[in-house]
Parts: sequence; C-alpha cells; structure tokens
Amino acid sequence: MKDLIIKNGRIIDPSADRDETADLYVVGGSVSNHAPGDGCEVIDAQGLIVAPGLIDIHVHLREPGQIQKETIESGSRAAAAGGFTSIVCMPNTDPPADNPSTITLITDRIRDTAHVNVYPTGAITKKLMGDEMAPIGSMVQTGIVAITDDGHCVQNHELMRRAVEYARMFDLAVFDHCQDYNMVGNGVMHEGYWSTVLGLAGWPRTGEEIMVARNILLADLCQTRIHCQHLSSAGSVRLLRDARARGVQITGEICPHHIALTDELVSAFDTNYKMNPPLREPEDVEALIEGVADGAITILASDHAPHAFFEKEVEFDRAPFGILGLETELALFLTVLLHQKKAIDLNRLITLYTINPAALTRLPKGTLQPGSDADVTLIDPDLDWIFRKEDSFSRSRNTPFDGWKLKGRAVRTIVGGKTVWELGKDRK
Amino acid sequence: MNTSPASSSRNVPKPATWHRKDLLGIRELERREIETILDTAAAFKTVGSRDIKKVPALRGKTMVNFFVEPSTRTRTSFELAAFRLSADVVNISAADSSLQKGETLKDTALNLQALHADIIVLRHSSAGAPKFLAERLDASIVNAGDGAHEHPTQALLDVFTIRERLGKIAGLKVAIVGDILFSRVARSNIWALKKLGAEVTLVGPSTLVPRAFEEMGVSVARHIDDILASADIINLLRIQHERQRKEYFPSLSEYVRFFGLTKARAEKLKPGCLVMHPGPINRGVEIDSDIADGPQSVILDQVTNGLAVRMAVLYLCSTVSRKTR
Repeated sequence: MKDLIIKNGRIIDPSADRDETADLYVVGGSVSNHAPGDGCEVIDAQGLIVAPGLIDIHVHLREPGQIQKETIESGSRAAAAGGFTSIVCMPNTDPPADNPSTITLITDRIRDTAHVNVYPTGAITKKLMGDEMAPIGSMVQTGIVAITDDGHCVQNHELMRRAVEYARMFDLAVFDHCQDYNMVGNGVMHEGYWSTVLGLAGWPRTGEEIMVARNILLADLCQTRIHCQHLSSAGSVRLLRDARARGVQITGEICPHHIALTDELVSAFDTNYKMNPPLREPEDVEALIEGVADGAITILASDHAPHAFFEKEVEFDRAPFGILGLETELALFLTVLLHQKKAIDLNRLITLYTINPAALTRLPKGTLQPGSDADVTLIDPDLDWIFRKEDSFSRSRNTPFDGWKLKGRAVRTIVGGKTVWELGKDRK
Repeated sequence: MNTSPASSSRNVPKPATWHRKDLLGIRELERREIETILDTAAAFKTVGSRDIKKVPALRGKTMVNFFVEPSTRTRTSFELAAFRLSADVVNISAADSSLQKGETLKDTALNLQALHADIIVLRHSSAGAPKFLAERLDASIVNAGDGAHEHPTQALLDVFTIRERLGKIAGLKVAIVGDILFSRVARSNIWALKKLGAEVTLVGPSTLVPRAFEEMGVSVARHIDDILASADIINLLRIQHERQRKEYFPSLSEYVRFFGLTKARAEKLKPGCLVMHPGPINRGVEIDSDIADGPQSVILDQVTNGLAVRMAVLYLCSTVSRKTR
C-alpha cells in the first residue's frame, strides 16, 4: 500500500471542527501531519469534499444463512461504492447472531471477505424472540458494537429494561426497532387514506411512537443510551426532541426512503415500496427533515435490506419488508436534505454520518485526526448522475430508486489508506 | 328502460368506450366506462330469460375461474356468465392449485397462460393480486374480489340493480351499513356510486368505519337511525364477527342493537327504499329475516343481475386483447 497525498480537497472533519482546503497526508495507512516521502500516490481532490470515512450503523448483510439476498462480501462492496468505510450489520441472520459462536463466524467472514470495516451487532434476546436475554457479555468479548433485535422489537418492557441495564455494564449501545406488535398487527403500509383505499392492513404511526416513548422512559430510568432505529413518524421526532432537551440519552436515525417517498406510492402495489416501518405521509417527511435540521435526529443510515427478486415478486401483503440502501443513501440525502430542501449543510450531513454514529457505538472512526485510520470518503456533492439498479454491487435488486436522477455522490472510498472503490473504475 | 347498444346479442358490437384488457377495480374507471358496462349488461340480461340461454360471443375462448379464496356465489355467477357466452370454463380453487405446494402466484399464473387461458377471473385474499397478474399476463384479468381492496363486479351489479329499479343513480342517497373497514364491496360501491353522482353515507361501529373513509368523499353516520328516513337505498354488508382477528365490537347482539335492520327500524324507512345485501346474509344479524324476504328487498335481483353484469364484463374485456391494443 502506497502512502497518499490527497491534494487540494475541501477537508471537512467535524471531529476537529475543521473545514478548509488543504492536503491530507496518509502514511502507513494512518492520517499523518507529515507529508509522505517519494513514491507516494497523489490524488487530485480539487473540487471534492475530503471527509472522514462515512459510517452506516444499520445494514443487513444476510450472512450467514440468506446468501441468496446478500453476503458480507457483496454488501460491503456495495458499501464501498456508496462511500462507506464502516458499516454495522444487524443480527437477524439465519441463525440469528445471538451467541458468541455465530458472532465469531461473522467476524471470520468479515476478516476474510469484507471490502470495508464491518462491525457486528448481537441480538438483545435469544433467537430474537423477545423472551430471554442473549449472552450479551460473551458477544461483547467477540466483537459486537451494539445489541438490537432489529426486525423484531422486545415487547416485554421489563425484559427490555434489564437488557438496557445489563448493556450499560459494557458501555454498549442498545438499538431498537420501535414497533408495538399489538398496535401494528399484520399492518403492511402506513395507516391512513391510502391504506383505506387500497384495503391493505394499516401500520399506524402510534405503533412506532409508543415504543419510542418506552425507550425514552427506559433510557431515563437506566441512565444509559438507547438508539431508535429508522424513525418514520412526526410524533417520534417530537418525542425525541423533547426528551433530548431534558438530557435523556436517546438518539434517533432516519433512512432516505422515509424522506424521499410517501405512502401514496404503494398504490401501484409495487413491493419495492414495502418497508418496515412503512412510508408515511408528506407531513411526516417534513417533520423528519425538520428533526435532522434542529438536532432531534442525529444519525443517518440506510436500513439496507436486500431481498432476492423472486422473494419480492409476490402479492404485496406477502412480500418481505425492506429495500437496498447503501449505494443510494448518501446521494439521496445530499439531493433531498442539501440541494432540494436546504435543511442542512455539508458539515452537518457529514457529522450525522461520522462522529455521531462513532460516538454512539464507541468506534474510533469518523475522524481525520492525525494517527487515526486513514478511512476517507471523497465526495462530489454536485455531481449529477442516474442510479441504475443493474450497476449495483448488491446481490439483490429491490430498490424503488432505479433510474432516479440524483445530485452528489461519493467518488472514491479509502479504507486504511487503501482505495477500495473509485467511480469509473468499478466494473464488476 | 335502457336503450342498449346491442339489441341483438347474437352480434354485439364493440362499444367505443371500452379499451381495457382487465377489470381490476372501479376506482380507475371513468363514469362512461361504468355506463358502458351497465348498458352492455342490460342487453345481455335478456339472454337469461330465453329458452336457449346462450350466445356465441365468447365461443372458442377459455376462461379460468381462479379462486384462491373460497367463494360459491361469485364463482358460480362467473361460471354461468361464461357458459351463456359460450366460453369454455375451468375452475381452480386454492385447495387444488399448486399454491398449496408452495408455488408462487406468478408461477401458477404463467402456467395458466401457457395453457392459453384468455380470461382469468381471480379471487384472492391479497389486495392488488389481480393487478399483479394483469401486469404479467396477456390474458384478461377480472377481479372477483381482492382482499379488502375491490370487488368491482359486485359494485356494478349493485348500481345496475339500483338503476333498473329507480331509473337513475345521480342524486340518490345510499347508506352502506356494517363492516366497512374490511369490505371490498363497500370500497367498490363507494367509487361506483360517487362516479355516478349518488350521495353515500357509511354507517357502522366507529372501529369499522375509520375516519379516513371521509376523504373518499362520503359521509359517516354513527347511528343507523339517522339515515332511515332519508336513504333511497340501504345496503347491508355481511358481519363476520367470528372471522376477524381482533374484536372490533363486543358481540353480535350488541351489533344488532345498534346497527341491525330490525323490523322496527324497517318501518321507519322511506317508502320505496331499496334494501340490498351482497350475500350471504346472516338472518337476524345485519337484517331481520322478514325484511330480507319482504317487498323492499332486491337481494335476489342482485343475484340475477350479477350474471348479466359479469357477462358484460367478460365480453368487454375479452374484446381487448393485449395484442390488439
């Protein structure tokens, strides 16, 4: 691996409150104050943003057990192509990642096949069933960075309290997929006008908000941090804003589809518009964007959820939830939050993808401070391009964004000083 | 009373206002398309009263009655309609289809297409299933009920019956009573009645008539007594208390107390008010037994008219194949 000089880019490093045009030096795979010697590679970053490598704390890599959908290899390659140097994968694999042996299998596969840094999470409860606590401490020892039953939600508040209190002993973040099973029932889309017209079972906002409120109460009670995943409703944002103002250690993330799409799109019965939580109404979209702008929402993520074509090509209410995200999320957030809505600036957007997720998971990432790993994402925030699903590195094609005109994207992804993906040199 | 475009049903001309391969729902139809179906049905209705109840309109065509969700009434009606049009008919139910063996709807449908089915009539528990097939097959797809989404031929036979009895639809006040939330019949009726100019009021327990329905351009009454004196038509939907996953009201007796069309309530109905029901009826629940058999009831007219409407739908859709579009 050659040392690097990344020349003339606009370095935006929120961890150092830095925003200036300068050269970035990489020596021995780490960021350095000192220029490398002869023989180093010079990357011209004129007109580009030089950002700390972006982090996505919510992806499904489907390995082990569901490799028709995705593998750690294919999913991490998609991450690289999306500008992500670190990703956090969810435990709802087959078998679920609820014990140290499975976590070790996953970390072995990561070591052997991953293109970027991949960090596993462990389940909160055994088999994600919500009944018994998983061996959280043993999984911490084998490398998990958080616990979550994502895809599922622990319904028993007392068990959740114990898990949260137990996780606190390891300074471990608890992520929660907020869904009250009784309220949501067999809901497959947002409960509102369109679910009424289409005769599809509704998934009401309240089904999310009740669990967000639960998590706020538990985070307060246990004096530890809980992170609410993929928030979709205006009420969740209000709850989070109020709780954070009181100093409760509660955080929330949003995914691009929840601000780029609304429930009306389900009217074509296209299963690429079926996700959990569901697409909601324009007023929710506005509230989520407002939450990002005012600090109620502090993390951006994809909920990258690959499913094989044949799995999605079924009746709407029988299709699995979820869509791809890694290769479109940065572009969608740039397009919607930055260019269209002008809700946040580049500094803030990079903050939500670097130091905030790093602080939550305690990962020593998301920074360009000297001595840190040279994980760098080069971004052209104004590049006009069209996403084509056939160009995806994922094993799946379940995306509603095929053919979308987007503005801005990563153009080069560097992990530990090594370029793992570069725009235009990405033929499969 | 309706002048039909096809007084001789032996050689029915193709109406200029029909261009659809499929009938998936009422929501996407224009008013004139609904009227085309009703006019065509009026012409076909005469076939049923002849000695020889058959016209050759669909001779050589194959219709598959694909009923993934059980039904006797609708399936039989479509089957008889196809016989009267001289089509060949195959019935497939969920129990004897390969769906039981784990085959997907897509693959089952592609197999039907490979057998050169011209028309597939689909009843399915999933909303949108007919659209799913229509997008993938050359055959005409007729929705015979998809989940809680639409049941277009039921709505068409309902408005046909109203028009036949009262001579018009526009301006009439129609009350739809019962389980609206889970009813595809209610949804298709709302669209058809609104497009034809009727005023629709929904009546039922507030758990089964969510407020979102008001955004469809209808009003909601909380008490059946509020609509008895004003309704020109009262359409009672079947209550399926026992089949619902959750409880939406405490008991059938409490339902009857608040929403059943009892004799006492029927006496307050406007003279000439039509009493309708898509069937099968629960005597003594949504409707008193005597009222169901009484002079205001048009329940059996609905059944008879269903045949004519389905003949019209099968005929119209089959004249528009994917290849000729």
